[in-house]
Amino acid sequence: MSANEVVRVEGVSKRFARGAVTALQSIDLSIVEGEFVSLIGPSGCGKSTLLRLIGDLTEPTEGTVTVNGKSARRARVDRDYGIVFQDAVLYDWRTVAKNVALPLELAGWGRAQRAERVREMLRLVELDGFESHHPWELSGGMQQRVSIARALSFSPSILLMDEPFGALDEMTRERLNSELLRIWETTGSTVVFVTHSIAEAVFLSTRVVVMSPRPGRIANVVPIDLAQPRTAATREDPRYFELVTRVREALHIGSDREEPLARAVER
Amino acid sequence: MVDEPIPVEVIPRGGLGRSVGRRLRDWIPAAAVLVLGLVIWQEAIRVFHIQRFLLPKPTSIASQFWDDRSNLWHAGWFTFQEALGGFALGSAIAILFALVLARYRFFGTALMPYAIAANAIPIIAFAPITNQWFSGGITKSSKIVIAAVLCFFPVLVNTLRGLTSVNPRALELMESYAAGQVQIFRRVRIPNALPFVFSGLKVAAVLSMIGAVVGEYFGGAFNALGVLILDRARTFQFTAAWAGVFLACLFGIALYAGVAILERLTLRWAPSTSE
Repeated sequence: MSANEVVRVEGVSKRFARGAVTALQSIDLSIVEGEFVSLIGPSGCGKSTLLRLIGDLTEPTEGTVTVNGKSARRARVDRDYGIVFQDAVLYDWRTVAKNVALPLELAGWGRAQRAERVREMLRLVELDGFESHHPWELSGGMQQRVSIARALSFSPSILLMDEPFGALDEMTRERLNSELLRIWETTGSTVVFVTHSIAEAVFLSTRVVVMSPRPGRIANVVPIDLAQPRTAATREDPRYFELVTRVREALHIGSDREEPLARAVER
Repeated sequence: MVDEPIPVEVIPRGGLGRSVGRRLRDWIPAAAVLVLGLVIWQEAIRVFHIQRFLLPKPTSIASQFWDDRSNLWHAGWFTFQEALGGFALGSAIAILFALVLARYRFFGTALMPYAIAANAIPIIAFAPITNQWFSGGITKSSKIVIAAVLCFFPVLVNTLRGLTSVNPRALELMESYAAGQVQIFRRVRIPNALPFVFSGLKVAAVLSMIGAVVGEYFGGAFNALGVLILDRARTFQFTAAWAGVFLACLFGIALYAGVAILERLTLRWAPSTSE
């Protein structure tokens, strides 16, 4: 176990519905500090479940999840996670500033400290000037940026993102991708990112974990060796296309191995 | 291109003056219906020669209301106090109940059937009994109890719904911030419940006045509104009885409006609470 390992998943399985559905089977995964790891796979491959297991939002049926050298539960209580869901999940009764400040309030920060931090975070996501707006006054993309600012406000060591840009249009998504990378470079946090977009996974990640469904397993891990920092030019790099192809093939091998073939034979 | 600042657009917010103007305009259709209704009422009595004891003219109710205003006002105020007491008591107990039920599922399964049973009490049948509980029904206490029983259920059901219909993701986020149950209630469940609580309170506001007046039909202080209406009707002073009914409506509406104003002040954050 290397010194700067942030997440260690060992022999983890997860079964739902009293064991009838196996969402994940024998998962082993290690993530080190500063990595940007994407989990990609077709629906039903358990990628979101794996993310939730890491964040202690659900418990494994078998195996262990270790985060920063302690149990996932302990890590959650120590506020090691910043979580961003597909929906921004902002609290409607709070202004933008107060949404970002919520985790800080719970962590017992003083008023002045909070205000300072909120200003800093909103500058980071380029939303300064929107402090006193309510969430419903913002566009979907802006809401998601508030959600990211909130997740990062208390400097968690690991950022868990569950298809954060899945509900946004392609233009907004690409812009937020670049913004996320800028934030990641600035904060140096470790990111676990669930997506079903191959292009997004390759563009953002240092490593792409390709998963296959029923039961969910890790089919392949593709290291992404594209140069940092990544820009619009990255998307036109031949190496980028090679890697997109590699991930796509890994995805197809991963899912073909099971279902469609087996079903065809049955018929 | 990627590094350009992201363009942002904001939904414009209306000024206070404009929103008041818009609110007044919203009332025009309702006011027109009221005027039209009164005119039809007045004219129908004249055209069809409806007897005065069956249905008095709006104008005679209005003049009776004016002539008798001192008596009516005292009676109305007395009954309104009972209604307000019952509203406050019933709503407060309902909200506390809802908080306990939302926090401890066990209590929900144990107590909810009885809350539903309490709601099934035919309150008119119950009124003579509560009157006996409290010094023969002369004091305000028995009417307060009736109003409180009526208010309890709508507030309970709405509050409970508000406390429990929280986006599960919102709760998970709170857990990821290591928030305890008290903090989750204070910062998520209770704010989430407020619009629901006000819906319940608005229903209860009207019910409380009904409860107090109905309670008084089965005996109450001589200066209570329900007693006054009953007394006037028994002595064939139907116009005066109508004036009393009209006043009971006014007080019910006043309490409702009070709750609605409180709602608007409390839920300033909400995108739109207009109905």
